[in-house]
Amino acid sequence: MLKDITLGQFFPGKTVIHRLDPRTKLVLLVVYIVALFLARSFVSYGLMLAFLVAVTFMGRIPFKSMTRGLKPMLIFILFTAALNLFYTQGGTLLLDWWIFHIYSEGLKMAFFMVLRIMMLICGTFLLTYTTSPIALTDALEHLLSPLKKLHVPVHELAMMMSIALRFIPTLIEETDKIMSAQKARGADFETGSLIRRAKALIPILVPLFVSAFRRADELATAMECRCYHGGEGRTRLKVLRYAPIDLAAFLAGFLLLAGVIVLRHFGL
Amino acid sequence: MSTIIRAENLNFSYPASGERLALPVFENLNIEIEEGSFTAIIGPNGCGKSTLAKHFNAVLLPSGGKVWVAGLDTEDEDQLLEIRRQIGMVFQNPDNQIVANVVEEDVAFAPENLGVPSAEIRLRVDEALRTVGMYEYREHAPHLLSGGQKQRIAIAGVLAMQPRCIVLDEPTAMLDPRGREEVISTVARLNREQGITVVLITHHMNEAVEADRVVVMHEGGILTDGSPREVFSKVKLLRQAGLDVPQTTELLYELRKAGWNVPIDALTPAECAEAIADALSPKR
Repeated sequence: MLKDITLGQFFPGKTVIHRLDPRTKLVLLVVYIVALFLARSFVSYGLMLAFLVAVTFMGRIPFKSMTRGLKPMLIFILFTAALNLFYTQGGTLLLDWWIFHIYSEGLKMAFFMVLRIMMLICGTFLLTYTTSPIALTDALEHLLSPLKKLHVPVHELAMMMSIALRFIPTLIEETDKIMSAQKARGADFETGSLIRRAKALIPILVPLFVSAFRRADELATAMECRCYHGGEGRTRLKVLRYAPIDLAAFLAGFLLLAGVIVLRHFGL
Repeated sequence: MSTIIRAENLNFSYPASGERLALPVFENLNIEIEEGSFTAIIGPNGCGKSTLAKHFNAVLLPSGGKVWVAGLDTEDEDQLLEIRRQIGMVFQNPDNQIVANVVEEDVAFAPENLGVPSAEIRLRVDEALRTVGMYEYREHAPHLLSGGQKQRIAIAGVLAMQPRCIVLDEPTAMLDPRGREEVISTVARLNREQGITVVLITHHMNEAVEADRVVVMHEGGILTDGSPREVFSKVKLLRQAGLDVPQTTELLYELRKAGWNVPIDALTPAECAEAIADALSPKR
């Protein structure tokens, strides 16, 4: 049952979007999010949506997996929509019943808010769908490297992230094994109240933590044996390099941002 | 032949912690490993095999005495990386020594740490993966491989440092018979074809038979040391130390006790069968 959990899912591929430098994609995501928060009319949202759909299409990402990713956020989206719908005032009064008052501005705000959240999530998914976790941590390490001057342990953070990613499947497998072992001894995880079920998790978490610490200890020794001594003087097998397509992608991204800003200026 | 690892009057004890007293492991242990040899170290649990192995690449430092690796003192901190580059280490649990989530990235880990240029890392990774027969798997995720394959990846990861010696600490303890065979034959081939010194710590007597020298450890000391034939002939001594002997030796030992005139030092099943056939043939 735990095998179904996928974190940072990645669809391998060889499309233009996949081949972009991960740093480019990270920066573009930031640009996209900024543009999304600046957009405030149908025209600019239309422009953003066209961009999103174009990139999804170029990355050959099935639309189904995009909508599937939105599902867990449904409650949050609905809640935000309701808040905006009932609490925004202005425009004509559309509905006036008991304590509920809906104005036309509220309807518009709610619609934009929902659109904004959904497009935000989809944009982030586009990054994780087309970029391997390793490339992503690599890109983060590169982009954050100026912070090294401020004594931020950038390399160590990136290393921790990639090791965490590496051990997710191992630890899930282990959890599965421990759960089976406890079930074999009569443990019950599926019935009872919420508190009862939460308590039933203790006999899983304790051995899991003990084993995770033991693994960490062994891994540290193994890393030392392979001459690991921090990020200093370290080289990489795969070096990140910007290509002409990255320049094109940057151009597209900044054109989008400029377009949204100009539209905003004209009150659109 | 020259000596690659030499321990002189090695003393070591695990430090006291809390209520536990300091636990002495070795007292004046001496051992030399010849360059290019294939040495197996066997012994019951808790005899200090793994502790000794960790002295060979300066993961542990002696409390007394000296360990020399390729002429370098393991206590010299400036030489630490060089010592660890020359002596590669493979551990028991393959899951806990694989760092990256792509095979080739993991093999590249050690040369990356050593600051080898990218183009050279590529060459070393490809060569190491071909050597252990895992080149086709270079873009796979390690957690989807079998135990034997993971352990071969770990060996490739060590090979990419271009070491002179590989120390394997019970590399087959968690593997099925097929994985065990994959790992041992890979190691034996590295020793034979590339002249890499191999120190194999193991529980399986059949694996020790493959070595050219067997060192038996018992209670922090060396019980006996010699070629597999010499060592495994001492059935009584090994049994007293709580160790098994290879099944072939055991069979011949029992036959001799029963009054048959068979040699004791036939190690492979084929040799053993021949010895028994000889003893049975009417010409004798």
